[in-house]
Amino acid sequence: MSVPQKVLLGHGSGGRLSRELVEKVFLKSFSNPALRLLEDSAEVRAGGVRLAFTTDSYVVTPVEFPGADIGRVAVCGTVNDLAVKGARPAALSAAFILEEGFSLALLTRLTASMRRAAAEAGVPIVTGDTKVVEKGHADGVFINTAGIGVIPPGRALASASVRPGDVIIVSGNLADHGVAVMNARNKLGLSGGVKSDAAPLNGLIEAALSVSKGIRAMRDITRGGLATVLNEVSGACGLSAELDEDCVPVSAAARGACALLGLDPLYVANEGKIALFASPAEAEKIVKALRRHKYGRNAAIAGRMLAEKRPQVRLNTGIGGSRILLMLEGEQLPRIC
Amino acid sequence: MKTAERYTTPLWHSRSMAARALEEMQGLAAAVSKKTSASINIMEVCGTHTMAIAAGGMRRLFPGQLRMLSGPGCPVCVTSQGDIDLVLALAEVPGLTIATFGDMLKVKGSKGLDLNSMRARGSDVRIVYSPLDAVELAAADPAREVVFIGVGFETTAPVVAAALARAKKRGLKNFSITAFFKLVPPALDLLLSDPTNKISGFMLPGHVSAIIGLEPYRFVARKYGVPCAVTGFEPLDILTGINMLLKQMLSGRPEVQDEYFRAVPEGGNRAALKLMEEVFVVSDPSWRAIGVLKGSGMSLSPSYSSFDAVKRFKLKRSEAPEPAGCLCGKILLGKALPPDCPLFGKGCTPSSAVGPCMVSSEGACAAWFKYGN
Repeated sequence: MSVPQKVLLGHGSGGRLSRELVEKVFLKSFSNPALRLLEDSAEVRAGGVRLAFTTDSYVVTPVEFPGADIGRVAVCGTVNDLAVKGARPAALSAAFILEEGFSLALLTRLTASMRRAAAEAGVPIVTGDTKVVEKGHADGVFINTAGIGVIPPGRALASASVRPGDVIIVSGNLADHGVAVMNARNKLGLSGGVKSDAAPLNGLIEAALSVSKGIRAMRDITRGGLATVLNEVSGACGLSAELDEDCVPVSAAARGACALLGLDPLYVANEGKIALFASPAEAEKIVKALRRHKYGRNAAIAGRMLAEKRPQVRLNTGIGGSRILLMLEGEQLPRIC
Repeated sequence: MKTAERYTTPLWHSRSMAARALEEMQGLAAAVSKKTSASINIMEVCGTHTMAIAAGGMRRLFPGQLRMLSGPGCPVCVTSQGDIDLVLALAEVPGLTIATFGDMLKVKGSKGLDLNSMRARGSDVRIVYSPLDAVELAAADPAREVVFIGVGFETTAPVVAAALARAKKRGLKNFSITAFFKLVPPALDLLLSDPTNKISGFMLPGHVSAIIGLEPYRFVARKYGVPCAVTGFEPLDILTGINMLLKQMLSGRPEVQDEYFRAVPEGGNRAALKLMEEVFVVSDPSWRAIGVLKGSGMSLSPSYSSFDAVKRFKLKRSEAPEPAGCLCGKILLGKALPPDCPLFGKGCTPSSAVGPCMVSSEGACAAWFKYGN
């Protein structure tokens, strides 16, 4: 399939179109062993130390929404991309593209929020950059953050290491972030108090890693949702995955909002949730450790990896049926009726 | 079951209740096929049902004698190629904003373009969640023409009518719509008037029925003797609706039953019907892959004709031929299933769709493809 002649919004959805763009354009130009794994962060060696290195740009409208703002998401997203590789975040950068006329008071609120999130994660923002563009050439503020972290000896988390029988653990309720942003962006007036889950998860991840050596991989569940993450992991390890719809934690409010908008919570973005792939013998212990942490209260075992050597994700539905769970195609579009 | 219990959502996903309904269905289906010695073909008329059945992975739970056929009730699927071309022509008008529901973005016109790619080429295309938002867009920027893309059935028509009434009251001169609305009952009549049809029962759309009530369907049972059940969209609604239809087949007394009575009153929604009568008139639209069907749609009434975007921008309509090899017409009429089509999953997939049933997220082919039935 050819990449369409122009970039579409769907290329930024985190789903199959994004993947195609990465493979056909970026990997073609930049390909190297560290990049090719396409994990949440890349592993590089420097002076005998194993470093995790990642970067991410943030474009959200509106910039402030219930539970978080673009600044908090920018810090948490990069911290989490490092932490899921088992790295301890060491330092972050922050770069701002500002639109002429953007409110300085709002910018100050955003940077204060970034400072709080970074303090919570225990990582300093040590370098940065600012560019201002003419009015109309950007949407208020775009933020890029990059981060490095140190991977302690003995830790090797990779999607390719996932084995048959491994359980899939989800660290908490899905879809809150996507629903909160959509509600604020479109002034949908949905009640139910759904708030963004944006949070730095390095503490939660350390807690899980400290109780068990049985964790084989972790993934940050952001754009494209759990369905997309599972498809990526299934592709990387070559095994089928199976998810139990009943066991996937989603709050009643987020579920209702998704049903109303014609969205599937399994494809909606999160900013404070991870999927863990772990040996079944260790699963209970890991879930217990996650639940003790404030960002893992609703952690649950939601599925398992199968022995079948066929990259595919199956969903066992709530009423006892089953179906295939594909990657997100393009944008998630709300439906007509 | 107490009424209060029936309103709580989790119940509609209860596995034990689903198991009981499915067990009952097995018995009923066996009895019906013994009585009629033929397979049972239930048509779910509406795309939302198609998707709910696929998303619940329900097809493989149904008894072997039961076949579910998808009907002509997916708004995007039945919008003709000529109408889509008009929408794309509007998107090319300089200084014009298209406001649309999200699932129109991916529907390709006869030249292979869709609103998504028009947006990438610089057209101003915005997703709205309600036509009333489109009215607000127009009110906020009087110098800009805003066109809301009106497609769909009796479900969406009333809220578009409400938006037009508001625009008229506020005297907005820069707001208009495309009125490509379709009506469900005439489509059922068309399906059944074909003597070769194999439809044994209709699962009717709950949301359309919440507007029009039960009366417009009664001819189906009276004239054609085909059982009907107005059905909701939760998994248990669907199982219950199927069982209602099987019981009607067994008793030989076809009627219109209301499974979705918690949302569908017998007389429908009077306020919505009154508003639709004021804003629209019955028209003879072209259905995709079916053709022109008399009295099966709604266009703007004389007192609202100034809001007609096609007239306002002097666009000419022409109907392009359907793609070669595509079975969408037969699928929409319940005469073929998606895997019967030679293009299904080969030349035709959601990311490079040939026919409308694969284009729309609620189309039968997209549902079969996406959920691997």
